[in-house]
Amino acid sequence: MRNINTVCKRELGGFFNSPMAYIFLVIFAIVNGYFFTNTFFLFGQSDLRVLFDIVPLVYLFFIPAVSMGLIARENNLGTMETMSTMPLYSYEFVIGKFLAAFLLILLGLVATSIHLFTLISVGTNVDYGAIFSGYLGLALMGGTYAAIGTYASSVTENQVVAFIVGVFIVLVFFMLDKTLVFVPPSIAGFVQFLAVDYHLSNISRGVIDSRNLVYFFSVIGFFIFLTIQTLEMKRWK
Amino acid sequence: MIHVSDLSKNYGSVEAVKSISFDLLDGEIIGFLGANGAGKTTTLKMMTGYLVPTEGSIKVNDLDIIDDIHAIQKQIGYLPELNPLYIEMRVYEYLEFLATIRNISGRDFKDALARVVEQCGLRGVVHKTISDCSKGYKQRIGLAAAMIHDPKILILDEPVTGLDPNQIVEIRELIKTLGKEKLVFMSSHILQEIEATVDRIIIINQGEIVANGTSDELMSSSKGNVLLHMDVKGATKDSVEHIQAKVPAVKFVSIDETDGLQSLQFEYGKDKDPREDLFKYAIKNKWTILKMNPHTTNLEDIFRNLTMEDNTDA
Repeated sequence: MRNINTVCKRELGGFFNSPMAYIFLVIFAIVNGYFFTNTFFLFGQSDLRVLFDIVPLVYLFFIPAVSMGLIARENNLGTMETMSTMPLYSYEFVIGKFLAAFLLILLGLVATSIHLFTLISVGTNVDYGAIFSGYLGLALMGGTYAAIGTYASSVTENQVVAFIVGVFIVLVFFMLDKTLVFVPPSIAGFVQFLAVDYHLSNISRGVIDSRNLVYFFSVIGFFIFLTIQTLEMKRWK
Repeated sequence: MIHVSDLSKNYGSVEAVKSISFDLLDGEIIGFLGANGAGKTTTLKMMTGYLVPTEGSIKVNDLDIIDDIHAIQKQIGYLPELNPLYIEMRVYEYLEFLATIRNISGRDFKDALARVVEQCGLRGVVHKTISDCSKGYKQRIGLAAAMIHDPKILILDEPVTGLDPNQIVEIRELIKTLGKEKLVFMSSHILQEIEATVDRIIIINQGEIVANGTSDELMSSSKGNVLLHMDVKGATKDSVEHIQAKVPAVKFVSIDETDGLQSLQFEYGKDKDPREDLFKYAIKNKWTILKMNPHTTNLEDIFRNLTMEDNTDA
């Protein structure tokens, strides 16, 4: 636990010591803010639906960008060798890295809560339950994409490659339930269950079902496991 | 102590290290010498747990590299070949980060930091960002990082490569001081770098160990003879070629004549020095000696011989 914390703190420090974190947070806030306020006053509805629709799209490119350097950069600089020869387990290293990216994403989400204050000050009959579950869904989706991005970052030493691989895998999960019409009905249910949007929309509707939670936690766990295996494999190559 | 036995590493079909064995004792400074690509770095990477051996075993103080990897890594300080550093961090932040993972914090960290700053001469740069430091300082930061937990064993992969001559001397002195109480295993592809610092030399070539011993042992085991260059005046070809009849220890090699000056080359075994007899022989034959210059086989020649011979039959 202590080592996970140490790795995570160093990585977060790295984010904030470079322009990375600031660029991410500012652009994330601007893009979301633009799309939200564009239609918020037009529709006159007291909810954050527009925000909850736009964030998953912004995630598609932002999260792979946040996570692309996590491990690829260590591979490239050779610091991976320093870390691998320290008394540190691979899982501690990987989870620490993942958590750093996840925390930065959560911080981005916190920044969007300014729209919540707009809503509270001008709206009526605000459904706080829906807002809570909407944020919960976005947080879980962010975690899932961060885990995918961490894995993409571990397979290469080139951050651009890590970004592209990350966007690709994220897109597959994102697009799955939009391809359902092309899928044989016998496996359509299964494909839908794999789609991240399906679970997000369930949670966003205010239904916090254990199946959806299990889905998010399993995908996160799966990609963290894959990342650990990728690092271990390198020692045996 | 470190006990390496029958250690091999294959990268696909390439055999980088072929069944090597050696022992390293506490308090010894050992140089690991070989040409580029001989298998030095691969061996060090296996000894530090970065790579898993294909075959063979490494035991560090009776701990096994596969089963007790973390226990071993706690005892080892490692400076990798390219000295990778988190260059965006400040020097003390970086050292604190490594110390925290090694479970050194608070008062203990302050003591450890003071110790490595002193030993590695980092006083002026502790608060600097690593990327702003010069190459020499970066190398010392790498050393400090390897020593922050005061390990009993230091494994240094080409610690002085890329440094200027003054820095090389400084790092060498530091390694010598450290070697008084630690086991230091350092690799290099340049002999002079190592010769002055180490107690023992292990030479690796094409993945195999071709020599292991002190520099004196390596010198005495070499079959090399001494080649004697002489410049003389007044020597006749006949008197030179038949020298062995009068001075049996020397063997005639060649004679060159330019402008009344003869350049002669003789060979003799290094256990018997025939120069006195040669001098008397020269006087008897009315040669005027202008120069007499014995060229002893040195470590450099031994290294070249050992690493060339194998190259030719590969």
